[in-house]
Amino acid sequence: MNNKTFVFLIPFLFFVAMAILLWTGLGKDPTKLDSQLIGKAIPVFSRSTLQDESVTITNDDIKGPALINVFASWCPSCYNEHPYLMTLSKSKEIKIYGLNYKDERSKGLKFINDLGNPYYQIIFDNSGRLGIDMGVYGAPETFLINDKNEIIYRHVGIVNQQVWEEILKPKIYPGELIHGGR
Amino acid sequence: MIPEIGSLALAFGLGLALVQFIIPLVGILTHRWRLALIARPAAIGQFFFVALSFICLAYSFYSNDFSIAYVASHSNRSLPVAYRLGATWGGHEGSLLLWVFLLSSWTLAVALLSRSLPALTRVRVLAVLGAVSVGFLIFIIFTSNPFARLLPVYPIDGSDLNPLLQDPGMVFHPPLLYMGYVGFSVAFAFAIAALLEGRIDTLWARWVRPWTQAAWMFLTLGIAAGSWWAYYELGWGGWWFWDPVENASFMPWLIGTALLHSLAATEKRGVFKAWTTLLAIAAFSFSLLGTFLVRSGVLTSVHSFASDPVRGTYILVFLGVVVGASLILFAIRGSKVAVTSWYNLLSRELLFLINNLILVVVTVMILLGTLQPIIAELLGMGKVSVGPPYFNMVFNILMTPLVFLIGLGPIVNWRQYSFDDLIKRTRVSALVSLMAAGSMVVIESQKALTDLLQIFIGIFLIVWVVLLNITDWWKRGSKKSSNSLVGMTKVSPSFLGMYFAHIGLAIVVIGVVLSSHLSVEKNVRLGIGQSQSVSGYDFKFDKITNVTGPNYDALRGHFIVSKDGEQVAELHAEKRQYRASRQWMTEAGIDANLMRDLYVALGEQIENSNDWAVRIYVKPFITCLWLGGILMGIGGLLAMSDKRYRSRVKKKFGVEENQVIGVA
Repeated sequence: MNNKTFVFLIPFLFFVAMAILLWTGLGKDPTKLDSQLIGKAIPVFSRSTLQDESVTITNDDIKGPALINVFASWCPSCYNEHPYLMTLSKSKEIKIYGLNYKDERSKGLKFINDLGNPYYQIIFDNSGRLGIDMGVYGAPETFLINDKNEIIYRHVGIVNQQVWEEILKPKIYPGELIHGGR
Repeated sequence: MIPEIGSLALAFGLGLALVQFIIPLVGILTHRWRLALIARPAAIGQFFFVALSFICLAYSFYSNDFSIAYVASHSNRSLPVAYRLGATWGGHEGSLLLWVFLLSSWTLAVALLSRSLPALTRVRVLAVLGAVSVGFLIFIIFTSNPFARLLPVYPIDGSDLNPLLQDPGMVFHPPLLYMGYVGFSVAFAFAIAALLEGRIDTLWARWVRPWTQAAWMFLTLGIAAGSWWAYYELGWGGWWFWDPVENASFMPWLIGTALLHSLAATEKRGVFKAWTTLLAIAAFSFSLLGTFLVRSGVLTSVHSFASDPVRGTYILVFLGVVVGASLILFAIRGSKVAVTSWYNLLSRELLFLINNLILVVVTVMILLGTLQPIIAELLGMGKVSVGPPYFNMVFNILMTPLVFLIGLGPIVNWRQYSFDDLIKRTRVSALVSLMAAGSMVVIESQKALTDLLQIFIGIFLIVWVVLLNITDWWKRGSKKSSNSLVGMTKVSPSFLGMYFAHIGLAIVVIGVVLSSHLSVEKNVRLGIGQSQSVSGYDFKFDKITNVTGPNYDALRGHFIVSKDGEQVAELHAEKRQYRASRQWMTEAGIDANLMRDLYVALGEQIENSNDWAVRIYVKPFITCLWLGGILMGIGGLLAMSDKRYRSRVKKKFGVEENQVIGVA
């Protein structure tokens, strides 16, 4: 093979690399929780709260059962999701913690001041380090944790009434699922 | 009955697509020309059946046939008729049908408008388009049939279209975008035909250019429409998010832009031949990649359809076959069409080369950023996404020199240009641009240093591009007529298109730079009757009323905006609850003109009070984003209207045509 032919092969080789990459991504549904995290306690962390830089929140402050909702001002779907979180929070059915992910403090605050604050407390994770430990893929994402602070489910995409009633709630309050026959 | 006709029409469409793909190639290989000529009638027939199928689906939406699963999950009796049309492509199955319908429309256009082509070239082009059609039709029929029935028990009413999609934007944005995506299939087919023939010449480039310009025009308008939609529909004033699917539409646009330029060089100077075919293959490959990303579930995005591994696997295999085969063909034949040509260090060829390199590098960087979650996971870093900061940085750094070159492109001649002439032509514009940028910085001197730097660079580039393009236009016009202004209208459509596109881009940059640095955003608590002043405008919360829409109930906030005591606008900001899905949507109230947008969105009602959280934005020059996009689109339209693309070239190629007809 001479040099010239090789040059013309480069696009093909680049494409093969991309195709293999996409193939590996194909089996793994990004909406599924990395299996090693299911049933594990939430990672140890210490962060400031969004509202106050001097107030620290750690994993011990999280008291399940609760939802940990990953949001950011740069995430368009979060704006879409937020009104339902307000409703859910007002219904007092479950406690919601916020994880402000890879955001600037001022923008995160503006988001909350704008749209209302459904969160019990908001963890400010601007480096995204905590997000990585929890296997966050993007925003919005919502983790369901039980009363032992173990992650039992990860939901990718927005939470709305249907998601709460049909997916999340049955997992945390199975006793209430009267018509559970499927 | 109607859905069965639709299904049947799809099957006939597939049959004819197979005929259009296979028989002509057999005919060419066995030298039976009569067989080869079947490509054209098969293409016309394929269009007829696919169009019929599409009409059947649209009619099923119109007539609320909820026995069709796809209709039941994407529509509702109370959905207004226009949105029922939009709902036709509101989900995976229907949008694929739109895709293949537009593909067959482009194919029809090629079949009808390519009489000037040598018959063999036309046959090859149609066969390639047929192959693509076959892939998509199989995909639809076997994995994503939009006509699948919910029998025997079907719902009385549908579950409604996602409220986010219930918007005039849904009627225009996807068809425009898809027209662009799919349109690149024509340039792709021409590239494959040329590689098969092993010959690329000026005429080839001249055939491909108007098709590429048409696809580029649609894609430009489609992206602009999508960004405008996001701006007013999401209710917080953002217009670009670097979402994987936005990236998926932007990458073919960048490659398509590179292709437009390299095609010009191939036509005028016979250079970059192999490179041009590679770009044509790449532009369409990125369109296919976009289709894959949205439907495979490998990335999450606001735009994603319900993901399904089977569909993802199919598209990836299809992508592998189409793109892989094309690139292998390129590897084998590309070196045969490549030429070495001479051009000076300073010449338009060189500028185009830099233009192409930058556009390709930007595309690769965006591709890597978009796929980064998969890459990171492969390397064991967990699924992490890079987010907008990465894209903004990469994009700004790489695009700045490119926009600078847009000022020089029209001036510098093919082959060579003297550096002294370049200085002479540009020094006044450079000085004026520097002064404009400097004075803007002085006016905004209270801003942070990084803001000022960006404002300076932005304003310099805008003035630079506009001045150099207009003076060049003026100069070219004065050669056509003693009155330069009259002459400017007589410049050939190709040049007119170029000036429109370049100046359009500069106007987009105005929108980007000024709206992102000079916007004022206030989030306030307002009671009825209270006012808030934002950058000289007085926003009065006049009243709140209940509004009943066709399929939603809304609270409408009335805002009266005045400046210096005079009313300038009345804005209606709504919070809508859609009855079928119980979802809430925010509808911003916007008053737009060239200089500024006044933007009001209702937040939440504050508990235990009559006050509301209200978002008020004053965004200077943001309309320029879409105005510039439209100008660029018009540029594409003007360029493709150039007469020389339609002049008959039979004389030169009559021999071949006769040869085919003669044998047949």
